Amino acid sequence: MSSILRTSVLALATSAVLATGALAADKLTGDLKIFLDTSNPAPRATFEGVIAQFGEMHPDLNIETTIIDRDAYKTQIRNFLTANPPDVATWYAGNRMLPYVKTGLFEDVSDIWQGKLAEELASTKAAMTIDGKQWGVPYSYYQWGVYYRKDIFDELGLSVPKTWEEEKANCQKIVDAGKKCYTIGTKFLWTAAGWFDYLNLRTNGYEFHMALTAGEASWTDDRVKKTMANWRELIDMGGFIDDHTAYSWQEAIPFLVDGQATAYLMGNFAVDPIKSAGLTDDQLDFYQFPLITEGIPMAEEAPTDTLHIPSGAANKETARAFLEFVASPEVQTSMNASLGQLPVNNKASVNTDDKFVKQGFEMLNGAYALAQFFDRDAPAEMAKVGMEGFQEFMVRPDNLDQILQRLEKTRERVYK
Amino acid sequence: MSTGSLAKSEYETANRSWYKRNEISITPWLFLAPAILFFLVYVIIPIFQSFEISLFAWDGLGAREYIGTENYVELWDDPAFYTSLKNNLIWLILYLLAIPAGLFIALFLNQTVMGIRLYKSLFFFPFVISQVVVGLVFTWFYDPTFGLLNTIIGSVGLGPINVLGDPTYVTYGIIAAGLWPQTAYCMILYLTGLNAVDPEQIEAARLDGAKGWRMLWYVIVPQLKPATFIAFVVTIVGALRSFDLISVMTNGGPFGESRVLSFYMFEVALSEYGFRMGYGAAIAVVLFFIMLFFIAYFLYSMYQDERGR
Repeated sequence: MSSILRTSVLALATSAVLATGALAADKLTGDLKIFLDTSNPAPRATFEGVIAQFGEMHPDLNIETTIIDRDAYKTQIRNFLTANPPDVATWYAGNRMLPYVKTGLFEDVSDIWQGKLAEELASTKAAMTIDGKQWGVPYSYYQWGVYYRKDIFDELGLSVPKTWEEEKANCQKIVDAGKKCYTIGTKFLWTAAGWFDYLNLRTNGYEFHMALTAGEASWTDDRVKKTMANWRELIDMGGFIDDHTAYSWQEAIPFLVDGQATAYLMGNFAVDPIKSAGLTDDQLDFYQFPLITEGIPMAEEAPTDTLHIPSGAANKETARAFLEFVASPEVQTSMNASLGQLPVNNKASVNTDDKFVKQGFEMLNGAYALAQFFDRDAPAEMAKVGMEGFQEFMVRPDNLDQILQRLEKTRERVYK
Repeated sequence: MSTGSLAKSEYETANRSWYKRNEISITPWLFLAPAILFFLVYVIIPIFQSFEISLFAWDGLGAREYIGTENYVELWDDPAFYTSLKNNLIWLILYLLAIPAGLFIALFLNQTVMGIRLYKSLFFFPFVISQVVVGLVFTWFYDPTFGLLNTIIGSVGLGPINVLGDPTYVTYGIIAAGLWPQTAYCMILYLTGLNAVDPEQIEAARLDGAKGWRMLWYVIVPQLKPATFIAFVVTIVGALRSFDLISVMTNGGPFGESRVLSFYMFEVALSEYGFRMGYGAAIAVVLFFIMLFFIAYFLYSMYQDERGR
């Protein structure tokens, strides 16, 4: 009796939750095997909640979830996609999924990208498309930008920079005050790529940046050299913390927290650890990476996290239902509120209590275009050699020509 | 068959089954068979597979494309390969310091005082804990902001050294971490070796007036030759497969300056951004030949020893 009551209440609740209705109508049975890389506390809890919700909608469905450490996942995915594919797996948008699309390990899910859902997810469609087909569904994305110590800026009488000149003038004052402008930890390389991406997007624009990561432009191009020259100004000024090659991105946070450095160019996922390290909303604030070349429209970095169906999956229909469920506006709203990130579905609402999410949302809505991130836009091998080059450049800026030649040689090999 | 018992036994000798006739020569092979099978499947065949894969361009997922020796040609002028090779040499040479260090600690501990067993086990401790833990401990030790090393040299007025982030120091820093457990290993080998040193010879040498270094060099060390040999082998092999420390402490960085061949192989073939099985296999083949050189030498000298006996 009580179970009948419960299911009917649930059915009511879910049909209310799902405006689409069609999904809730037929109950799914059988199995669903989900592999996730969301091993950090907040994403883990979020996904467990979403899966529990899906499980309540389909009580006869047996869902088996495996959460794998985020970094280990990046190498394990190759093995499980070929040997023991789950029905749903997390991954990243852009070129990062290319190896698996090319070898037919990801299922073509263009059929999900039809009608209403396609409109609602339009902003990320390009990032999910290879060869005119879509290979997965995005569940979340987040902005990149400069997270800075508002209290220190006030103390030094600095205002938020809008242009490169202001940014450099600010940095000079910060250095003169005996602090560093930016904290960064380049031990795992990718943090340096965030700097390169933004400097290149602002110096040469989105089109050139995309051409470069797609292998169509040369690394020894004068435009790349201009980007690096801008970067070098900050390096020569002593803008970055010392010994950054020894730290991971988390280990670089204390420099910001204890005020030795005043800003951090990072993705929004850094806010949570920075706040837990002791900074409050009054001390920490956010600004958009400033304009460098006049007249170049501001494109932003917004990496998208995605869900895919391996082509070897056993329960593809159930997996499709799960992907549609995750992409629906209601789930997107609740899920990203708890992730502290932005929903991909444009019908979903943003958690406006979080000032960083709010600012990021406004910034990305006004963005000229969205880049994924260096290691998602460029193919894996290019990304690796490139990021190593950026790290070397930050330590030994004099090696620039040598570094760019090495990147150019890699480009010739990788994209042939 | 109808004849007497004597004739019958003769008859049977002639017609014994094939197995019975060859029992003596077959039995050892039967006992060896499981080991040979697994050795073939997990060691010998993969070696030849590596040779084969090194001639292909392959991402480990899709179709393979035969490219001949192109991987080796690329390896020939890959600066990262030479960095790794150079680091491998530094590892090989400096790692051997574990042998004399182990010997001196063993000599120091080879005495009978209260609680010597405790001291011995404390010295042996770093070999017992995982290499990953050793790597982490040394990473914190070297940390430029709060590391013990920089606190110590800071107290005498020397600036902070970013050991693991500076391309000039990084390999030496990791080797120092590796020497800690390796020295303990050599020490335990020598401690067992010292038990077998003949006290009569020492007595005789002492009567002849030998002491100190001369005693050590001409009387003790020659008797420790078997221990030295094993220590040499495990240290060389340990240096060539130094992978976990690099992976934990620097991940090959900064900008690839602390890579060795085994790590570079892993990086290009199996790591997050590595999809080049063929290139990785080519590095593996080179590493195999370097190892083969040492292994052949050891096998040869072991063979010589056996014959000398």
